[in-house]
Order: sequence, then C-alpha cells, then structure tokens
Amino acid sequence: MSQQEYILKDKINLTEEEKEAVYSVLKRDLTLSEAAMLEVMNSEHCSYKSSRPVLPKLPTEGPRVICGPGEDAGVVDIGDGLALVFKLESHNHPSALDPYNGSATGIGGIIRDILCMGARPIGLLDSFRLGKLSDPHTKWLLKWVTKGVGSYGNCVGIANAGGDIEFDPSFQINCLINVGCFGVMRKEELAHSRANTPGDKLILLGGSTGRDGIGGASFASKNITEESESDRGAVQIGDPYMKKLIIEATLEAIKKGLVEGLKDLGAAGVTCSISETADMGGTGTEINLENIRLRESDMAPWEILISESQERMFFVVKPENIEKIGAVFSKYELPYEILGEVTESGKCVVKYKGQTIVDLPAHLLTKPPAADRKASYPKYLSALNGKWLPKEPKINEFNDICRKIMSSDNMISRSWVYRQYDTEIGLHSVVKSGQGDAGVFRLSEFNSKRGVAVTFDGNSQQCYLDPYNGGAGILMESCSNIAAVGAEPIAFTDCLNFGNPEHPQVFWTFEKVVEGLGDAARALDVPCVGGNVSFYNHDEVNDIAVKPSPVIFAAGLLEDVSKAVNAKFKEADEFIILIGETKTEIGGSEYSTVIHQKDDGIVPKVDFARVKTLLTKVVYVIKSGLVTASHDISKGGLFAALTEMAILGDLGYQINTNRIVADTERLDILLFSESLGRFIFTAKEENIEEIISIFAEDEISASFIGRVTQEKKLVIENNDNQSIVNLSLDEVKHVWKNRMEEEMEGKK
Amino acid sequence: MTMKVIVIQFSGSTCDRDLVYAMREVMGWQVDLVWYKEATNVLDDYDAIFLPGGFSYGDHLRAGIIAANTAVMDNVKKLANDGTPVFGVCNGFQILVESGLLPGALIGNDTLRFSCKWVNLRVETNRSAATSLGIKGDLWRVPIAHGEGRYFNDELGLKELNDNDQIVWRYADENSQITKEANPNGSIENIAGICNLEGNVVGLMPHPERASESALSPWGTDDGRLYFKSIENFFRRI
Repeated sequence: MSQQEYILKDKINLTEEEKEAVYSVLKRDLTLSEAAMLEVMNSEHCSYKSSRPVLPKLPTEGPRVICGPGEDAGVVDIGDGLALVFKLESHNHPSALDPYNGSATGIGGIIRDILCMGARPIGLLDSFRLGKLSDPHTKWLLKWVTKGVGSYGNCVGIANAGGDIEFDPSFQINCLINVGCFGVMRKEELAHSRANTPGDKLILLGGSTGRDGIGGASFASKNITEESESDRGAVQIGDPYMKKLIIEATLEAIKKGLVEGLKDLGAAGVTCSISETADMGGTGTEINLENIRLRESDMAPWEILISESQERMFFVVKPENIEKIGAVFSKYELPYEILGEVTESGKCVVKYKGQTIVDLPAHLLTKPPAADRKASYPKYLSALNGKWLPKEPKINEFNDICRKIMSSDNMISRSWVYRQYDTEIGLHSVVKSGQGDAGVFRLSEFNSKRGVAVTFDGNSQQCYLDPYNGGAGILMESCSNIAAVGAEPIAFTDCLNFGNPEHPQVFWTFEKVVEGLGDAARALDVPCVGGNVSFYNHDEVNDIAVKPSPVIFAAGLLEDVSKAVNAKFKEADEFIILIGETKTEIGGSEYSTVIHQKDDGIVPKVDFARVKTLLTKVVYVIKSGLVTASHDISKGGLFAALTEMAILGDLGYQINTNRIVADTERLDILLFSESLGRFIFTAKEENIEEIISIFAEDEISASFIGRVTQEKKLVIENNDNQSIVNLSLDEVKHVWKNRMEEEMEGKK
Repeated sequence: MTMKVIVIQFSGSTCDRDLVYAMREVMGWQVDLVWYKEATNVLDDYDAIFLPGGFSYGDHLRAGIIAANTAVMDNVKKLANDGTPVFGVCNGFQILVESGLLPGALIGNDTLRFSCKWVNLRVETNRSAATSLGIKGDLWRVPIAHGEGRYFNDELGLKELNDNDQIVWRYADENSQITKEANPNGSIENIAGICNLEGNVVGLMPHPERASESALSPWGTDDGRLYFKSIENFFRRI
C-alpha cells in the first residue's frame, strides 16, 4: 500500500484496549479509511461493547426460535409453514435533533431489518418518550415524530399495529423514539446476512451514497450537548417511495431464488455489510469503491465507506444469476451496481483508484473487544423511602381523583397520533390500534387461520424506582397484553434505552433491568430473539439522564384469529369479572405521580411461580369463547381499565369493591394499584361459574365484581354500598378523547 | 360469468394487493395485477380497469399527476371514453382527476394531517357503475386513509356535477345527515366520490376493498362488498 495516507496511532479515536486488539493483529499503521471503519464499528451503537457482557442474562432459546439475537431480526416459527420476523430499534439521537427525518428513517431502517430476513413487512409499531405534553418543545417533537413515522409508513404501505407513549420530564431534551416492524414469510424463504461462497458477486441496490448520516452510529453513541445541533448532517434523509420499490424488488428476487445473502445498509453503511457478511459466512469480501454511485462527487473514500445513506440493500448473488436479478431490479426502475466479490481471504479488501486502501481481517471489524463497565448503587435510590404511601383520600375526593387520572398525559387517548397512521392497509388488522391491549393481524393472505398479536410496552417510572422489578414488570405487562387479546406469548425483543454507561450508577440500573427481564422471561417461558441497546441518552447541559426505559416488543400467536377479543364492553347487563390479586403496589403508578406528584413507593412485583399458568388460563378462556371482552389492568389501575372498556363500548358500569381480592381495604389502593397479573373480563351470566372455576383450579383469584350498564355512568360502590365514584361516562370520555388533539391543535 | 378485471400497478402503488385480494378472494373474480408498463397494450382483454390506492411516484409534484401522464393512462382514457368501466380508489381517484377523466381537484386535507379512520358514506345516486345496486340515502361504513383527499371544484363545476347527478357519495353522520363534523377532510359539499357523465368512470377516496369483510370492520359490517356487487351488476347490464 504505497502513497497511502496513514494515520498515527494516537490520532485514532479508539480506547487503549480497542487499539491493542487492532495493532496486535495488524502490526502496522492504519490507513485513514481503515481507521474510520474501525472507529464506527467500535462505536457503542455497532459494537454493543458496554451491553454485551450483560445481555447473556436473557434466555434466547426455545422450540419456536429460528433466528435469535445476532441476525438483523428475530425469527420464530408460527406454524402452518410460516415464520414471524420482528425487531425494534431506537432512533433517539437523530429524532431529538430532527424529529421528522429522524423518526422517518427509523421506520425506514426497521423495515429493512425485516426485509433482509426475506419477509414482507406487514406491521409497524412505535414508542415515544417525551417531556410533559403541555411543554411547547414536547409538542414540537410530538408533531414531527408523528408526521415522520406516518409519512414514511403510509407511503411505503405498511399498517400501524400499535404503540406506546410516555410523557415524563426526564425525556425533555433526550426524547426516545423506538420503532418496530414485523413481517411474515414462508419458512423456506428465510434469507441470511451471509456471503458463503467465494466467487459470488456483491451488489448494491437502491439509493446513491451521499454525506448524509456520516458517522451516524458514532453520533448515536454520544450524549446530546449544545454542539449537537452541528451534528445535524449525521441525520439521514429517507425516501419511502424508493423503499417501496426496494421491498418489491427484493421479495421478487428472493422468490425467484436469486439471492444467496442479503444485508441492509443501516449503521456503518457499506463497512458493516462487507464485514458482517464475510464474517458470518467465514469468507472475505473485496470491493472496488469507485463502483459506488455517489450523490456528491468529491466524497473521500472513508466517507463513502461509512456513509449511512438510506434506501440501500446489499446482495450476494451467484455470477450466473447476475443478469436475472438485474432484470428484476430494472423492472422496478431501481439502479444497482456490482461492487466486487466474495473471496476466501477472511479479509475485507477495498480498492480505490488502483490502490488497496483497506485490508482488514473481517473479525477486527465485527468483533471488537467489550468494554469493562463499572456498576454502583445509585444515590437517588438510597434517598427514596421505598415504602411510601399517601394519606387515604376522603370518599368525596374520589370523583375528582378519577377525573384527573383519566385526563393525565399518560392516560389520555393516543388517537391524535395513530389516526395519522394507516392502520388498515394490508387487510390484516383484526384488533386495531386503540381497540385492545395488543394489535392482532390475521394471516389469511398466507392461507392460514392463524393470527399474530403484537405490543410495545415500557414503564420508565417503575424501572426508575426499582430497576429489577420494573424490568421484570414490563415483560409481564407485555405478555399480559398479548394474552388479553387471546394470544399465547411466544417471544420478545427489547430496546434498552439508558443514559451514559460510563456512569456506574446508570450502568447499575442497566444491569438490574436486564436481570429482571431475564428472570421474567424464564418464568413466562418467552425467549428474547433480538434487541437493541441505546446508551448516552443523557442531557449534558442540564446533566439529566433519561429514566431507565426499556421498551419491549412482545409477539403472540393465535391458532384461530377469529377468537381474538378486544377491550370494548359489548352489551349492557353482562357480568364483569376481575382476575388476580390487588396488592399495595403504587410505586410509579399514575395515582402516585399524577395525584401525589411522588416518585416513590413499592413497585409491582411479578409472581414468578404463577405467571405462566395465569396467562395460559387467560388464553384458554378466551379461546373457548367464554368471555366477550378482555383487558389487562395496568396504568391507572382497576378504575382506568374499567373506564377504558366503558369508553370503547359507550356503555357504563357499576361495580362493588367488596369482592376485590386484595391485601388491603384502602379504597385508593383497590382502585389505583398497578399490581401485575390482573385482567378484567366481561361475560354472559351463564359462563360466569365456568370461568371462575377454571381459575380456581390453580388458586388464582377470580371474582364477579359488577355489571355493564346501559346507563352511561361510572359507578363504584364500597362495602357499605355507598357510591364512592359516580361519574358521567360522556364527561370523562370527552376529556380523555380530545385532550391530546386540543393540546396539539388548539381548542375548537 | 365471472368478471375479469385488471389492477394496474404503478410505481409506488401500495393498495394494489389489497384490491386484488378483495376482488379475487372475497368476490371470486378473475383478477390480474399488472405492472403499468406491461399493462399498456393488454387493457382490451378486461371487463373493467382498476387504479389502486397508494403513493404513485411518492406523491411527488402532486398526488397522482405523474401516474396520470404515463403511456398506459392514454389507453385507459381511450377505453373509458368508449365505455369501459374504470374505477379509481384513493390514489386511483387522484390519478383519474389528474388525467382529466373526472372533473375537479383533490387537495390537501383541511386538517393538514394524514387521516385514517372509518367514515360513513351516503350513497347519492345509483347511476354510477359502483352504486348500481345502491339506494339513494344508504349509509356505507368504509375507512379513509389519505392526506390529500379534499375534493374541490368551482361553482360552475359543482353545479354541473349536481345537475348531472354525478356526485356518487357524500360523507355523512350516523343519521345520514351531511354535517361539517362528518366531513373528514374539508371536501366541498362533503363529496367523497364522483363519476363521469356516463357513469362508467368512478372515483372514490375511501377504500371499499378494506371494508368488504366483517372481520376487518369495527362494526362487523361488509359494506364495501356493495361497491363490487354494484360493479358486477353494472357489467351484466352493459
């Protein structure tokens, strides 16, 4: 390598350990391009260097698992010869700076992850963590992330299947924008990110390569500072129209058997593609950089190598199929170029203007050393009481408390957001956004009676107060949402959003959340099939880290999708049944934060020994057609769950608290505790006994607590038949339904 | 005799496969999905032509305008003028308007937002091919999903549409009333769909293909089927 620009060891932005790992193998100076590639592949975002030592705490195996962590997306067997492919990812840092393009390209990226496993993407989900809703900056972010997610997803033609929004001041600067996608395919159409056979050709399809997203992965591995505005060039720009064509062309090429390996270009761009396909296939790759189509002609080779320009896919193709695949790409009017080929060398070699500018063993790029992070017990936790309980409110205060809870940032209807998303396209959605605890998609397109259920969940309040139980709790909550529509939870993926991992107190919360998730996953028997970690969600200006915010994407399976239920009250006089035990667990609840403005108290715990049985029974009673509506109890407790069912069905309820099985008689706890493992069902009178006895077999509490009423009133009575809550459904519904729109658009 | 129809797949169509599913699986028709370039010279083989929804050419310049200027649309226009039934749903309606087969314009929603929700369509006439079995005043529950679905026409144009009975559907409330609240996008006179003078070219913003099976409807309805059944009926008549 003559006349090369080399870079001195001390100028390279790698840690001592990372440099040692490179120089001990290479024993020479690095070229500028090699250094850029190593820097980006060693970034937190690409290398998972902080999280990698902790993640083995999550179980990843199970009879349904086809592909677990390590591939672009998790793949699970759902029967009838079909596989479900799903994944979620963060796009936090770009969205904080440029909410429209940041969130849009988040959708673009997650779609590619599903596509590159060979599946047609059919559903999208999103999770937003933002500051208080009334804050103007929050409104600006919410408006544009919604537009970004919507305009990309709508244009590419993939339905929204659900989502999750939390408002909390800790996300004021560092908003968290996580997006998920899922797809379904015939099992035999599974594609791998591999280059197995030397001599195969490497093709780059789609958009041209520009300076957008240069160093995006490195940028996502930094805290946000006042200078971050100048990083705006690190935010990519998406083109959903081209993505739609890429989806069709890729699926057609796979169907025709023309694809040996497939990789999407996301973080670290071409660098990631040529190194990961080589490393996974045990081969090498050699490309000629001049073959890449550039948007800006004066780009330096290192910029081309790490550019994160959107709408590009990387194909490994047999030489004899080049012409055929070219015809497919040309039909869709998509440009492509042959970059080079697969070699036997185990190296990534890049040529540019007759020179070899990169000659690195692939594993140096794909397997950088892990970082050794320290963990220490956070000071804020020592300052908490941990057992805090508010004074019990007077009976005449309950109506007002209930009104406040149903109109709080975290309870109000999200319809202003999801009405901007196409929830119908694809003809799959049976339980749609806002109708139940999870989105349910039918698979009739694949000639199957089955259905899949999907949900996004998180609870940063509870994870903040008690990272271990909070972590376990969100997986339980997620799987409960899946069960509540009648689906068996089968697998999950996670997105772990935290502050700076170099802060030992932050890292401690990360370790505990993962431990909690792992223990809950084993108890629930659901494997983790992939995930994403986003660190450095830390606002340096005000020195605020986000609350620990894992987001779970759980997936479930219905053998007969026509048995799915939603949360809507169906008919007056039907019986209301409460499943599960209510405990004095209000830490991080809406009641504590909204009514008492207190970040303290006991966080709900998962009953590890019994959760699996509980959810199996829930699915069983729904599958048997015994219940007419079903809802999991979570934010806002029993009161909020009942009220949501009433709002959806436009019917009232009357219940009595005397049959609520609980460890306390305090009315506020009975109504607002967020204890896990509780469900509300409605059922016809003739089925009540059977439902209760099915749960009684395993000593799970199940009791009839009241009836659905024609009169549109929300009535809750205590032991003395005195009404403690008596509200007009229409009044509560009006605020719940319209508040977000009024905040965003002004009062009509 | 089963209907044999073509769905033209433009670059950026996204509702093409849904339309095919509804017509093939639900209605039992013979349906071909054909890439727009390959469709140009085969249109004669079909009983009816469908332009699906989506974002043809990414909605660049103006929704539907680039697709309206493709070669295949020249032939669609010829056939439409000779009486072949032609139907446009959502982006397909926008293409029909941009190609001059239907009058008026479809502009950005008055909310300035994309909007996806179920609405009520009041059937205004049974003289169009897509409402031949409808009764004036019928309510159909069908979902919308668009950002540029606000129908506009000038005073003279509106008068002509009304005088010639070319307004096929209007957005209405639960009680069949034409109200401002029932109008999801600010369309003039709550217009959701129109037809040409002859009634063989019909454009509609909402999606009947998404409302043809009770499993997909929040109310367990399948009103979208009336759209396709009317087309079948119309075809039998001609």
